[in-house]
Amino acid sequence: MKQLIPALAISFIAALSAQSAQAALFHPKTHTLANGMEIVVIEDHRAPVVAHMVWYKVGAADEPPGKSGIAHFLEHLLFKGTEKVPSGQFSKIVARNGGRDNAFTSYDYTGYYQNVAKDKLDLVMGLEADRMVNLKLTTADVITERAVILEERRSRTDNNPAAQMREAMNAAQYMAHPYGIPVIGWKHEMEKLELADAVSFYRRYYAPNNAVLIVAGDVEASAVFAMAERHYGPLERAQTPPRRRPQEPPQLAARRVIFKDARVTQADWRRGYLAPTRTAGERQHAIPLSMFADLLGGGSTSRLYQALVVEGKVAASAGAYYSATGLDMGRFVLYATPSPGVSVAVLETAMDKALAAALKDGFTGKALERSRTGLLAAAVYARDNLFTSPRIFGDALTSGLSVEEVEAWPNEVRVVTMEQIMAAGRSVLVPRRSVTGLLLPAGGEGK
Amino acid sequence: MMVPAMRTLALALVLCLPLAAHATKIQSVRSPGGITAWLVQERTIPLLSINFSFAGGATLDDPARKGTGNMASVLLDEGAGPYNSLAFQTKLEELAVRMSFSADRNSFSGNMRTLTANRDAAFELLRLALNEPRFEAEAVERMRRQIITGLIEDKEDPNTIGGRLWFKTAFPGHPYGPSSKGSVETVTAITSDDLRGFLVKALARDRLTIGVVGDISADELGPLLDRTFGALVPGADFKPVPEIMPQGAGVLKVVQRDIPQSRVIFGGPGLKRNDPDWYAAYVLNYVLGGGGFSSRLNEEVREKRGLAYSVYSYLYPLDHAAIHMGGVGTQNGRVADALKVIMAQLALARDKGITAVELANAKQFLNGSFPLRLTSSGRIARLLLAIQRENLGIDYLDRRADLINGVTLDAVARVAKRLLQPDNLLIVVVGKPVGLTSRE
Repeated sequence: MKQLIPALAISFIAALSAQSAQAALFHPKTHTLANGMEIVVIEDHRAPVVAHMVWYKVGAADEPPGKSGIAHFLEHLLFKGTEKVPSGQFSKIVARNGGRDNAFTSYDYTGYYQNVAKDKLDLVMGLEADRMVNLKLTTADVITERAVILEERRSRTDNNPAAQMREAMNAAQYMAHPYGIPVIGWKHEMEKLELADAVSFYRRYYAPNNAVLIVAGDVEASAVFAMAERHYGPLERAQTPPRRRPQEPPQLAARRVIFKDARVTQADWRRGYLAPTRTAGERQHAIPLSMFADLLGGGSTSRLYQALVVEGKVAASAGAYYSATGLDMGRFVLYATPSPGVSVAVLETAMDKALAAALKDGFTGKALERSRTGLLAAAVYARDNLFTSPRIFGDALTSGLSVEEVEAWPNEVRVVTMEQIMAAGRSVLVPRRSVTGLLLPAGGEGK
Repeated sequence: MMVPAMRTLALALVLCLPLAAHATKIQSVRSPGGITAWLVQERTIPLLSINFSFAGGATLDDPARKGTGNMASVLLDEGAGPYNSLAFQTKLEELAVRMSFSADRNSFSGNMRTLTANRDAAFELLRLALNEPRFEAEAVERMRRQIITGLIEDKEDPNTIGGRLWFKTAFPGHPYGPSSKGSVETVTAITSDDLRGFLVKALARDRLTIGVVGDISADELGPLLDRTFGALVPGADFKPVPEIMPQGAGVLKVVQRDIPQSRVIFGGPGLKRNDPDWYAAYVLNYVLGGGGFSSRLNEEVREKRGLAYSVYSYLYPLDHAAIHMGGVGTQNGRVADALKVIMAQLALARDKGITAVELANAKQFLNGSFPLRLTSSGRIARLLLAIQRENLGIDYLDRRADLINGVTLDAVARVAKRLLQPDNLLIVVVGKPVGLTSRE
């Protein structure tokens, strides 16, 4: 319930989604109800349990101006009541039936899940279908729950200078697109969110034609389709608006964000570059770019770790990450923490040098094959956890990808060439599209 | 990320073993060389997970060099046998083997995951890591920098500040007092000899427990166990860890930090895992603060009053101490109110116990949700370890539902009087709380 997935988690899931799907691995079975609700079933008979998820194609980036946080706030409010389920009872009913439930909000999606014994699937499907259209909210619900999300913001962001710095960097990265607004919302806007805001957002976006049902576990797909027809089939379509967000203009100026704060004990450095995804911008670069990220900064054999941490000793940690999934333009991120006694300025100079060398000289063929091996193995490991594949499909299908595109991923990874990888890196890692962020103790670098 | 709010809860669940009857078949495998492991064979996916632990862990650290076990744990895959750090890491990548180690108050633990195709080579890397780590100066200094940087970063995290002060106050002069990661001072002092000395003491076969899940048979596993663990010392002398009760009853410590939300950690004596009232306490804690969105604390603090995003309690049984802990995060101006509500709930449960409906609901959840823990090979392997470590018996999965169903209202009421002592809690608050001041 009611948990938020901030940017880092999103990119982790997306990275995983980039790494994990293949028809021969998950064997998803799909169906679409007459009212437009998409269904994906992944059969896994190892344990007598099932993950039931509904993902809505709406997230924080779809919020009206000035109403930041409403997508996430509504996610919390979905645990209040309906005609059939008294306020506050949803999670208790699930728990009484041996289930665990929760929900999460990101820029491109809002998701709800119940993990239950397989004989409880019918029950939770009924509950989820009910609250898709029958939510009943009161002003009292809204006032109390608004206090909760404000505490959530304090826990995650306001109490944490590193999170505040990332929030400021994100805002600088996106000059026009709502990805620059935090998923949880700006505090001053959250404080003013009201019942009517939640209700209008709910009516606009919560409908079967805007939702994806994903079921994974000890089930037969045909039985799930029939059950879904019973619970979700009778629900009516809504006139859901197309997802057209303000897009970024050409980014022409490198930006710097410097966050100095008395609470900071450890300096930190990071840089984001506006980057294409599999569905936005120069899409052909997306998969090669995820391999570029792995080679540049994916682990301890990577170029950045070797140059900055092992050889230069200027950093205690260093790396890069990138997510190829996202409805609109995403980010490619470099990060490093200076070694004790090393200034951020020295660290940044070393980072720029290592980056320039990587962009100029490229990587060895052996390194590329190791990276490819790791990515393809991740696809096998992903099958081991029942809850991984539903996350991958949910993320992808609410971010503009199709089941087929998800499944094509391993085959695409197999044929990516060094030329494509370098072309992607050189095209994306240009200073003009970047934001560099420095987290510093109040007194300066504290050298 | 989802982790912060749920981390402590997950820890408690792992330690507390809420198991339920299930068809998972556990075999006890004894290798030709006499090493025992529990195995769940699962051929569906071509991979396996092995989890193991050596009792003792960070309690074996020299107090002046606290963090030795933790530092050793991050160095095992940084060069071993014929491979230097880069060569070892390169091997792991080529084989797509995942390996990690850690040291905490109970044990030194490790886990490895490998695809079936690379199984033998993966176990060989694990053997080298455990038996022939190189501790080369470059890797040692690099890991020291990484750990120290993390320790400095911890000093800005209210949750870590509060947790460390709680343990320091509860266990003065005891190995449980300081963090297993040590401090900047103690980690700076650690030498390669300390690291080697630690491993000789810590990795002894008489304190080894192993769980394996995945695509491997008992016959295939036996020889791999001998090769990997057979050359470790059979046993080693070490100073026994004294039993200890958490200290600081009734103490409130306020750590002033300029943050908008106060972070509270509270706790006192709990129950050991082998206590006859364990299951009653487990049910009680579920109802009070362990049951996520269904708990009384969540209902009173979050749902009714909007005083927090996260409020919880959990049982934390260690090998030589038992703790019942909880926490909440509330804006500075209302944190005193949140604490008052929590203390009132503890007192209410102490005086009146729980209701028959709550007891029934708790049983349904604790039994019904158990199979959700059998959803990855790594999770099952951790479960196998925990059952062995707590001596619960290889048939435990079959008996667990009855143990929980056997809990009565009277037993819960009895254990509530023992467990819940709101006036005797040790409380740490980090922030700028209004209306709360330290009391010794």
